Amino acid sequence: MKHITFSQITGTSNGYYAWLGWLAAFAAAALGATWYMEHNGHYVTGMTNQIVWGTPHVFAVFLIVAASGALNVASISSVFGRPMYKPLARLSALLALALLAGGLMVLVLDLGRPDRLIVAMTTYNFRSIFSWNIYLYTGFFGVVAVYLWMMMERRMNRYTRIAGFAAFVWRLALTTGTGSIFGFLVARQAYDAAIMAPMFIVMSFSFGLAIFILVLMAISRGTKRPLGDAVMAKLRNLLGVFVAGVLYFVTVQHLTNLYAAEHSGVEDFILRSGGLYTGLFWIGQVLIGGFVPLALLYHPVTAKDRSMIGLAAAMIIIGGFIQIYVIIIGGQAYPLVIFPGYEVSSSFFDGRINAYTPSLPEIVLGLGGVAVALLIVSLGVKVLPFLAESLSDADIDPHYVAPPKPDTSVSADVADDSEASATV
Amino acid sequence: MSGTSDFTPSRRALLTGAGALAGITIASGVTLISTGPAGAVTGPATSKNRWGLLIDSNKCDAGCDECVVACKAENGWDGHNRPETDPQWIRKVNLKDNKTGATHSLPVMCQHCENPPCVDVCPTGASMKRADGIVLVDKHVCIGCRYCMMACPYKARSFVHEDITGQKQYMPRGKGTVESCTLCVYRIDEGGIPACVEACTEKAGRGAMTFGDLNDPQSDIAKDLAKRATTRLRADLGLAPGVHYQGL
Repeated sequence: MKHITFSQITGTSNGYYAWLGWLAAFAAAALGATWYMEHNGHYVTGMTNQIVWGTPHVFAVFLIVAASGALNVASISSVFGRPMYKPLARLSALLALALLAGGLMVLVLDLGRPDRLIVAMTTYNFRSIFSWNIYLYTGFFGVVAVYLWMMMERRMNRYTRIAGFAAFVWRLALTTGTGSIFGFLVARQAYDAAIMAPMFIVMSFSFGLAIFILVLMAISRGTKRPLGDAVMAKLRNLLGVFVAGVLYFVTVQHLTNLYAAEHSGVEDFILRSGGLYTGLFWIGQVLIGGFVPLALLYHPVTAKDRSMIGLAAAMIIIGGFIQIYVIIIGGQAYPLVIFPGYEVSSSFFDGRINAYTPSLPEIVLGLGGVAVALLIVSLGVKVLPFLAESLSDADIDPHYVAPPKPDTSVSADVADDSEASATV
Repeated sequence: MSGTSDFTPSRRALLTGAGALAGITIASGVTLISTGPAGAVTGPATSKNRWGLLIDSNKCDAGCDECVVACKAENGWDGHNRPETDPQWIRKVNLKDNKTGATHSLPVMCQHCENPPCVDVCPTGASMKRADGIVLVDKHVCIGCRYCMMACPYKARSFVHEDITGQKQYMPRGKGTVESCTLCVYRIDEGGIPACVEACTEKAGRGAMTFGDLNDPQSDIAKDLAKRATTRLRADLGLAPGVHYQGL
């Protein structure tokens, strides 16, 4: 394995600027959507007093969960000492910060009073998991920023392992906090389960890695930097394990609920009679987000096809988003059981399946969060050396054995001793 | 942290004094105006009192909603004819037993829990419980995250989805914040009873709702609770609501 050279991307092509322009447009549209929702009030959204958290929360939770997962590649390098992941570690940390920023933006801009963010930052109720999360989220920025510094500053490299370990522990706590937002809700049949926290952690592994793989493939293609089969094979295999892990936790979650008679109503709703939500669960979450990507990742034919790995990652992202949608929206669509054993009716939709249709401003706000995350990554890789110049097998695979025939493209890669060198 | 908030005399004096100055605009849509004669405030709420309700569903009729009408008029939460987003501080719920077919009708409002989940989950402490057990939302600290609405097992809380008109001087509300039954706290502080209870007796002539101090053994509500079989909604959750139901 040669010395890894990191460098910024050139970032002067028309395509790059057009890409930034698109992302900025989406971010601006999100601000416009926020203004529209705040000016008129939330009645212009699909959210109601029944479905109090809507599409913005699906985007926000998805991005926040994926953020902690995106950091995993760096953790595998620093904490678990896998050298092959080292060239990927900086991008992994940058992506984690970017996704968290995007998610938090959506979460904050959907508040009834986003202008009171300063209140949320200064007035705390420490019994609230939300309060803990404010610390966990802001702390994550700090911990990962320090971690990046340790990785990128040669004099600090010796602290990389300890910083990576701190970041790894922090991201576990962060996702525990996110899962516990739902796990701690004793009132609702669909939540109130300790399994939420570990399930969210495994979901973060899966969603975060899927996003990382797509971003890595896109950047490698856009910058024409080599991306070897060895590293893709590692990432592919890891992704498959995580997807299987998510399926396992989902199975345990529902089996446990099915066993408790008091939860049979909501389980029947999600798994059998819930119409849209049942369809989303089985087709979206389980099939598109689970079994099909698993088949693509492990079938001998598709496993070797890079585009199929990309397709699998995209499906995992879509399925993961649907999973969060089923948890958040589906969980609220099923009515609160205030009077067990009774048929209930009222002017406030008691006892009725609650309807929800995402509105355009909600979707625009959510996509704006995605755009901001991608914008941070796109700008980040231009201003600082986050990317390895080559991820070819010859450069990063410690077990690489050169093929018998001389390969000129490999020998052209010359290692550079400098910590970071800008491309021209 | 206990989650309990004492309303201290100084804070009350501040609010009343502010009202005497004709009103302060705290933020758009939220205005505090004088809450009444300063002499009516006698001291801080203390844990010596535990205010509660007893609702007798046997005396409650499915066709009657005087309690809802009274609450709406008293607190000014009339909506915009959009049932899904309009607030409802109190609602009539009709029940039919799945097995026996027996029917009941009863009002449901904030149950003023002793261990309120809405207070536990609120990140800023806007959702609070007074020492006398009344659960309130501080509209100046609420950021509109709606976590309390996710946490409430009784669907007692509403989010203000649009502009507000016709606010009452004694009941500040705010677009983008969460609100619910206050047990007509300003009436209680002046020795009165909640508007819903008053209407149930005086307008509906039913007397299905009893208000009083659960901690006072001589109060009507405490005497009734001592001799009748009553229940509390979702008692299994251990939240110890201040609202009791009879006839369920």
